[in-house]
Amino acid sequence: MLAFIIRRSLQAIPVILVVITVTFFMVRAAPGGPFDEERTAPPEVLRALNAQYNLDAPAWKQYTDYVINLLKGDMGPSFKFPGRSVNEIIADGFPVTLELSFYAILIALFIGLIAGVIASLRPNTAQDYVPMSTAMAGICLPNFVLGPLLILCFGIWLDWVPVSGWGYTPGDKILPAITLGSTYAAYIARITRGSMLEVLSQDYIRTARAKGLSTFRIITLHASRGGIVPVISFLGPALAGLLSGSFVVETIFQIPGLGRFYVQAAFNRDYTVILGCTIFFSVLIILFNLLADILLVWLNPRLRQQSRERG
Amino acid sequence: MKKMFPGALIALIAMSLLSACSSDRQTAVQTGIEQQILHLGNGDEPSDVDPHVTTGMPEAHLQYALFEGLVTKNGKTLEPEPAVAESWTMSEDGKTYTFKIRNTARWSNGDEITAEDFIWSWQRALLPALGNQYAYSLNVIRNAEQFNRGEITDFSEVGVKALDKYTLQVELNHPVPYFLELLDHHSLYPVHRATIEKFGAADQRGTRWTRPENFVGNGGFVIKEWQPNKVFSVKKNPLYWDAENIRLNEIHFYPIQQSTTEERMYRAGQLHITKTVPSAKLEQYHAENDPALRSFSFLGTYNYLLNTTKPPLDDVRVRKALAYSIDREQITSKVTKGGQVPAFHFTPPFENGYQATANIPYDIEQAKALLSEAGYPNGEGFPAITIMYNTMEDHQKIAVVIQQMWKRALNINVNIQNQDWKVFLATLRTGDYQVARSGWVGDYYDPNTFLDVFVTDGGNNKTGWSNARYDELIVLAANTVDEQQRLAYFQEAEALLVEEVPTIPIYTYATNSLVHPSVKNWHNNLMDYYSYKHVYLDASNNE
Repeated sequence: MLAFIIRRSLQAIPVILVVITVTFFMVRAAPGGPFDEERTAPPEVLRALNAQYNLDAPAWKQYTDYVINLLKGDMGPSFKFPGRSVNEIIADGFPVTLELSFYAILIALFIGLIAGVIASLRPNTAQDYVPMSTAMAGICLPNFVLGPLLILCFGIWLDWVPVSGWGYTPGDKILPAITLGSTYAAYIARITRGSMLEVLSQDYIRTARAKGLSTFRIITLHASRGGIVPVISFLGPALAGLLSGSFVVETIFQIPGLGRFYVQAAFNRDYTVILGCTIFFSVLIILFNLLADILLVWLNPRLRQQSRERG
Repeated sequence: MKKMFPGALIALIAMSLLSACSSDRQTAVQTGIEQQILHLGNGDEPSDVDPHVTTGMPEAHLQYALFEGLVTKNGKTLEPEPAVAESWTMSEDGKTYTFKIRNTARWSNGDEITAEDFIWSWQRALLPALGNQYAYSLNVIRNAEQFNRGEITDFSEVGVKALDKYTLQVELNHPVPYFLELLDHHSLYPVHRATIEKFGAADQRGTRWTRPENFVGNGGFVIKEWQPNKVFSVKKNPLYWDAENIRLNEIHFYPIQQSTTEERMYRAGQLHITKTVPSAKLEQYHAENDPALRSFSFLGTYNYLLNTTKPPLDDVRVRKALAYSIDREQITSKVTKGGQVPAFHFTPPFENGYQATANIPYDIEQAKALLSEAGYPNGEGFPAITIMYNTMEDHQKIAVVIQQMWKRALNINVNIQNQDWKVFLATLRTGDYQVARSGWVGDYYDPNTFLDVFVTDGGNNKTGWSNARYDELIVLAANTVDEQQRLAYFQEAEALLVEEVPTIPIYTYATNSLVHPSVKNWHNNLMDYYSYKHVYLDASNNE
């Protein structure tokens, strides 16, 4: 297992190097620079700005300086927010995004697993169609539609929760988490239904039924371990998607997460923030996929055996 | 029944949890009224609060609270009023101002504010290496521009000197009737030297001096908290020279980019004031005659730039034909619908005197004749042109309407193309366009802030248009003390713009915001300037 983890971690290094290099040169190739404003600054001022941020150096020099600083853990200053470093921006924004994603994944798992299991118990009946149609609606309904709908209903008409903000009251986390988690809940429901149907049709489950075990015990003790495996392999990319894709929900609900900074940086041509966030999210995506793989290997004896043999 | 139980139970628990967070909780607006805390929407996340580094309005709105210049503006009339300077005199030739600084003025750490503070601050604002994009606001001061360009390095040659601790003398290049208004621009605010030098060099951007724990300012408020993308809050500065007249204890500025989010926050009692109102909601607010809705003109012109260096727009007859065939009334009443006023000349009307007399007519017959004269009878042979705009729904709608107007009136084909904001700016900079959306907002309350744009090779003149008489008129106006004569020069310059049409004005901007009835002494004005000094919150009387 350790060898598997080391091998996978080493594979990540060239991937990250490619991400850094491609992003570095792509953002600079995009038209428009960080200091382009509606009111054109005099050339002397632009020269001074470029000099302050090392943008007057040749591209290769900027690149090597950046990588050297990155190895020291310094992602540089933001161009748009002169008083903030990229490290600070990530340190401020990421915990919020992580917390939001954590609640969203909890909601997604809670709703998705229950709905998927319920649907799989009586396939092709109302008990299957209702949760699965709802799941399909959840997949089709984008966040920017669902979020405002929930706000209108629970925030404005019923006045149960705040319509925006983060960290003022516990209630302000409910609607964003539901909005962000709903799509993933729908996917999880569909995946769970499929895998549970497969597991439930197997001989050992039939044996368990023949022995007279209750449905609840069959599901929780026998079927869930096999049925949950595809959900776990989905969780890695799902978490990565939640973290890097929470921008819309963060904007709708005024949440000070990293997603908003990331997207604003792209619009502002804030080179260092774009690079910093891209590298950070790339590392996270690799990490979550690795964790999901480890969990899968741990849960699945066949994979465990394969990894040992390769190992 | 038994099968329904788990579902019903989950629903019940969820409902109880939600309702537990709910109804009788006090909203931010209600608490704000009790504690004199104003909650307001402020557009984008502020980039910084250093007045010599920032360029945008969200930052300016914070700086109005955190700093004060020699002179301030009246929140209602925009007239200059004493601030750090309690009085001033102007020499007869209009070129020398002497300011008497009040000896009760203090920095928020208790230090005295002296004439030297202004001299050091303006020197810093002009330091070439700082890269202050608004340093040109100081260019009216003798030798300031040369210092900013690095042509002179000795600041004593710049026209600013301290006659004594509390007396500051400023020499200008020429008489500048709007000089007092300029003094309230953020690039001329004073900054606290010892604080800035404690955290880095004077010309270093982005040091930690603007952090809440380090900040020293001289305005009515100081920074309380800055949580990026969440809230920027300020609290009353007890050492401000006029602190006893400030009634608000705190102001919380929320960076809200989406107008729909902002409007929902207002309706849910989280904001006293919104910066914008979604255009889709305006009709409803108007229909309900909601007193919270404030619609007001803004000192800015929405216009189309024409690239006069490339055919077919290098022909003034073509430019005129395009300008004459736009139905501006239709655009403001059917498309924008937010109180914008059709503009038939570039400079918007100034309430204190200047109203351009030259007008671009709406005359389709004349437009057709002009196009025909230019060699394109009924649009025949006219090459397709492209309207460029930066990605935004309203810009797109206007471009589509104008595309149709030109097709219908002139029978010409027009393409429209949108670009991301920074790409759009790069396109304008390189002149790689034919027709481009633009907008110009006044920096100070004088027609010069508009007409100065189109001088030959001016940094903001992206049309390639050049007219020697126009350039001469702007210089003549700048050197004239006689106000009537000065305005006459502006009228003549405006007439040249209307005659040669390097730009097609469409409408004068308007802003809409929602203001809670408890907010008193909040005046919306042409400059989007706010004096927080006299604002207070009171739910009891709806004056």
